Amino acid sequence: MNVMNTELRKGKSGIKLKAASSFKNKSKRSDWFWGYLMIAPTILGLAIFYMWPTIQTIYFSFTKWGAFGNHEWIGLENYKQLFHDPNVLKAFENTLIYTVITVPVGIILSIFIAVFLNQKIKGVSFYRTLYFLPVVTMPAAIAMVWKWLYNSDFGLINEILRSVGMKGPSWISDPDIALYSIILVAVWSSVGYNMVIFLSGLQGISKTYYEAATIDGAGPFTKFFKITLPMLTPIIFFVSIMSLINAFQVFDLILMMIGSTSNAIEETQSVVYLFYQNAFVLNNKGFAAAIAVVLLAVILVITAIQMKLQKKWVHYE
Amino acid sequence: MMKKFSFIIVALLLVLTACSNSENSSGSSSGNVTLKYWIWDKNQLPAMQDIAKEFEKKHPKINVKIEVTPWEQYWSKLETAATGNSLPDVFWMNGPNIVKYASNNMLLPINDQIKKDNVDLSNYPKALVDLYTVEGKHYGLPKDFDTIGLWYNKKLFDEAKVPYPDETWDWAKLKEAAKKLTNPSKGVWGIAAAMENQSNYYNTIFQNGGTVISDDMKKSGYDSPETIEGLKFWTDLIKDKVSPTQAQMTETKPNNLFESGKVAMMFAGSWMQIEFAQNDYTKDKVDVTVLPKGKKRAVVIHGLTSVISANTPHKKEAWEFVKYLGSKEAALIQAKTGTQIPAYNGTQKDWVESNKKFNLQVFIDSAKYATPLPISKDTSKWWDLETEYFKKAWGQEMSPEQAAKEVAKKMNELLSKE
Repeated sequence: MNVMNTELRKGKSGIKLKAASSFKNKSKRSDWFWGYLMIAPTILGLAIFYMWPTIQTIYFSFTKWGAFGNHEWIGLENYKQLFHDPNVLKAFENTLIYTVITVPVGIILSIFIAVFLNQKIKGVSFYRTLYFLPVVTMPAAIAMVWKWLYNSDFGLINEILRSVGMKGPSWISDPDIALYSIILVAVWSSVGYNMVIFLSGLQGISKTYYEAATIDGAGPFTKFFKITLPMLTPIIFFVSIMSLINAFQVFDLILMMIGSTSNAIEETQSVVYLFYQNAFVLNNKGFAAAIAVVLLAVILVITAIQMKLQKKWVHYE
Repeated sequence: MMKKFSFIIVALLLVLTACSNSENSSGSSSGNVTLKYWIWDKNQLPAMQDIAKEFEKKHPKINVKIEVTPWEQYWSKLETAATGNSLPDVFWMNGPNIVKYASNNMLLPINDQIKKDNVDLSNYPKALVDLYTVEGKHYGLPKDFDTIGLWYNKKLFDEAKVPYPDETWDWAKLKEAAKKLTNPSKGVWGIAAAMENQSNYYNTIFQNGGTVISDDMKKSGYDSPETIEGLKFWTDLIKDKVSPTQAQMTETKPNNLFESGKVAMMFAGSWMQIEFAQNDYTKDKVDVTVLPKGKKRAVVIHGLTSVISANTPHKKEAWEFVKYLGSKEAALIQAKTGTQIPAYNGTQKDWVESNKKFNLQVFIDSAKYATPLPISKDTSKWWDLETEYFKKAWGQEMSPEQAAKEVAKKMNELLSKE
């Protein structure tokens, strides 16, 4: 009886043990399963809408397109043509000027505004909203409104200049200044987004640093340059990478504000605008794909350099 | 666990199939068919809606969904849709694009349907029927036609004490009047010399005896002195400062300048009638007359049609709709709204009478000596060349001779590949 009992117990516990371990295995497997299931929509989306088109674009860059998707393999012909096309070189030059100005100016301005809006001042949330508004506005709407502001005969800006006796320039049709007019709009519309990121960075800096510095007799400027700025570097790094990529892909402002019939277009067209023009207006989709691939390579190289250089100036707490 | 998972999968599949169902057969289970109809002119939307409504009354099982895409994006959107095999069932087509779409088998030929339903093609102007016949196959019944007229602002003419333009005008008279009408202190120009081919410089090229493309569509006409003279007509107007500059006209469209009383004259098509009739400023201040004469009278004529996608699953319903669009009834609806001159013979009078404030008869009369809009198999490629070089000539950065010769050279290259 006793023996039987123990045996039974043994057996029972043996069964129990087995069941437990198999349950553990099963739950581990189902953890995996659920994990993958949860990220499946994103992964699928990425694969279908980003990775596959990227691979296709690279393939298409070696082809020549006829009407309605007929294409034939032509090897490196598009790339050869690309490096000899003055329009492409000019577009890269325009994009470079645009980037070199918008990125630093945008970052410096937004740090400045973020620090200002981090103070305890009256109506701070009103100002924050004001600076953030361009971010939630459609780029097409921004372009339309600015196009009217910039209008040389009937625009608000030149009207104001006229009232003080100055003759305003043709902001968007003068080839010499059209690019800078675009840059102004781009900076204006990007400041709000960067500002919010910097603001969250500023609020993450521990107050104890500032208290200690105050005791040591540091003034506001010393505090800004010795505490705020170094503590913000990881955020500056992130924002600079993102704005650089964005700047290289500038397109909608140029399409909406300048357009192909303007004589300023050669001096303002960006790489992505040229891509659009070739792909969707002229139907040179192979050539357009080659432009996109070169742009991808350029962005990749610049981002890699930034990653490498970050050790030199980015401080992690 | 497995049960839950399979439930989710089944649910997902259901959602997916439900989506694809509504995309493809648009609820064919109930027997109803929805036809997608793409157009590009928002001014013509009310007329098209009226026609669709009448059609739906006659065919209760067919719905027509009209989508407007602005002209600037229409052709790139259409080409992308064609490449992706998702063309709408029925859509507007024009002369410059018909050969390209037809010869690539994107459109449904309607020869059999025309024969079966006894549609009489002699009801339409022959030039327009021919325009939409490619290699013996018909692709559309002409919807409308348009010609170009000289629109003028009566108020500005009165203020400058210049007599209104009429059929006695020639190029010299137009230039002279433009000079008198220009008033820099008020910001008023005599004419808007916009860089537009169909509305502007094609007309003056033909009036001067020039050509844009040879009859066999193999050679550009832009290197002939007559053609260049037709372009110079416009660039000279800008040079003489009786027109806004090219830069000004890219910032503010010539239409908007005309509609706000800043320019006294402009060449514009019959399709602008409805916009000028509805605009509060222009509706009782402007009128239209025949284009001034060059060496001879000439004007560009063109017309649209509605075509059927070769891949539509609703071929029968689409043809019913296209047939109705080409009917006299539809033509009369279109005529009464005043949007476009209907192509159906005998209905033009109704269009002329739709708005008695403007002298619309000039558009019908000038059709008698009109030249068809020049086209080739891949028209858009050389239209793009025109924009690229002529904007420089219009911007006074390049002489019209030089720009025209560059275009001729590159256009010949393109045409040899077609």
